[in-house]
Amino acid sequence: MTATTTRGSGPASTSAAPGPARLTWLHLKYQFLETVRVPVAVLGNLLFPALAMFFFVVPQKEVAGDPVAATMAVASLGLFAICSASLFTYGLGVAEDRQLPFDPFLRSLPAGPAPRMVARVLNGGIFSLFGVVPLILIAWLFTDASVTFSQLLAGVGTVLLVSVPFVLLGMAIGYSLSAKAALPVVQVILFPLAFAGGLFLPPFLFPAWLDAISMATPTRAGRDLLVQALTGEPAYGLAWPVLVGWTVLFAVLAVGAYRRDEGRRFR
Amino acid sequence: MTTQHTGPDVRPATSPDTAPDTAPDTTPAAGTRGTPSGRTAGAPVGSGARDGRPVLVADHVTRRFGDVVALDDVSLSVGAGELVGLLGPNGAGKSTLLSLISGQRRPDSGVVRLFGGDPRDARSRVGLGLTPQETGLPATLKVREVVDFVGGHYPDPVPTGELLAQFGLTDLAGRQTGAMSGGQKRRLAVALSLVGRPRVVLLDEPTTGLDVGARQALWDAIRAYHAGGGTVLLTSHYLEEVQALAQRVVVIDQGVVKADDSLDTILRRVSLRRVVVTSTADLAGRPGVVRADRLGDHRQELYTPDADALVRELVTSGVDFRDLEIRGASLEEAFEEMVARDTTTGGDAR
Repeated sequence: MTATTTRGSGPASTSAAPGPARLTWLHLKYQFLETVRVPVAVLGNLLFPALAMFFFVVPQKEVAGDPVAATMAVASLGLFAICSASLFTYGLGVAEDRQLPFDPFLRSLPAGPAPRMVARVLNGGIFSLFGVVPLILIAWLFTDASVTFSQLLAGVGTVLLVSVPFVLLGMAIGYSLSAKAALPVVQVILFPLAFAGGLFLPPFLFPAWLDAISMATPTRAGRDLLVQALTGEPAYGLAWPVLVGWTVLFAVLAVGAYRRDEGRRFR
Repeated sequence: MTTQHTGPDVRPATSPDTAPDTAPDTTPAAGTRGTPSGRTAGAPVGSGARDGRPVLVADHVTRRFGDVVALDDVSLSVGAGELVGLLGPNGAGKSTLLSLISGQRRPDSGVVRLFGGDPRDARSRVGLGLTPQETGLPATLKVREVVDFVGGHYPDPVPTGELLAQFGLTDLAGRQTGAMSGGQKRRLAVALSLVGRPRVVLLDEPTTGLDVGARQALWDAIRAYHAGGGTVLLTSHYLEEVQALAQRVVVIDQGVVKADDSLDTILRRVSLRRVVVTSTADLAGRPGVVRADRLGDHRQELYTPDADALVRELVTSGVDFRDLEIRGASLEEAFEEMVARDTTTGGDAR
């Protein structure tokens, strides 16, 4: 049992404790492993937007047959996939994790909240990409959507950036509410946001007042930025500020919720 | 092993003054005392430290959950190298106290210090190890991965293979924790508390649900860690476990520290002796008997503050009896007496 003896002299913290990057990588790796070992959860994220694509885009010749319209439809559904994956995975997932007895144990390890949160955001990006892959394949095989390779790369980068505020919003919900409360809250937030952001109906069909509201939503900003990356059609000027603003707000909410959280709540 | 503490293992049995009836028994029930220093002369425990520095301090700590006061002005100080057992019925506040020490929660008032720092600061927790609850291991991760993951938080973790070998888990390294038995999970939980070579470990019910052999093996691991200079704060429902391991016992009930002393003193504080005797006569009404239980077949269990007087009385009265046994109270009896006085929840203790 020699290995479990202690270092008697001085605080151990002085001898090269793992840095933030190392800790973030550690959490990223094991969060990823934990998630992919439940293949159904991953498949769900892949299938839902792909099915939506088959039901709503592929059969409509006037959309599927028009390169720009088809690309926009893919962008909208792709963004919806990101929003729903982020909000459900992080809203519901974090709320469920907090009810597991392993969560307080993790919080007592010598690492602050940052590595775990950053790892969650990065994982959100990774699984967002997974969700978008079948969309790209379907769009390529069954519609006239067309992008150049550099546009595709720009689109992928945009997807990763746009996923950040939604992961943060998901975490703010997950660290504030119980799993039972998080589920309806996520649904109540997701669908209006998706609709107002023009993910179900293209925004050019919106009346002016709805369009104004729409432009203030993170979904619309994300959608238009994604469309811009994929088709070159410019996004409205405030798209970046709107997206960044929401990101900052959600980050503050998420960190605040984490700090307030002390595991399961008792009344 | 870089630290050598001498004589870490003064068990109650080897303590110089175990003669029960010489117990001074003057220590009052400690309500909310600060550091326990200066009590229990002669015992190596209860003095707060083997080398003087408290590694863990709770100072007048109060924590409420809504209307429920989980901890009410609790003070406790644990010195480097102590092995302290924390006893209390369910809901007494043990887990709340551990969660404050490990930085998971914040006290409503009072101060908690870990190695002199705030336990909510991650840097204060580098020297802390604790057990996850066995039910909480991430089910989809493999045993090896969980150890790598937890160990990765520490500057100098025990190599995974070495740790698994110590706890007899080598064959399970590639298995997902969800597929482990309860006993295997318990072993992994205790192994995880030691992976970072901590200076203090908090063990929450370390052997609950284990069979005798597995429990002994874990006790050996805990003793070996303690013998190497480590500090242990242990909660258990098994009084037997605390009696076997702890040198100092802290009894918490209803959020208040009811007693904080060396194991010996705690045992001696229970003034009652237990006299077991076989007799056809009913001895429950004898002078000095405060409680009597029938064990069947004329075997009777009598509790009395003065066993000598009772035996003298039995002999002189000429009543027929045989197979006389006199025992000091076990920790369990001590505990029951302490927490049962003003509450009926003492039965939870087992």
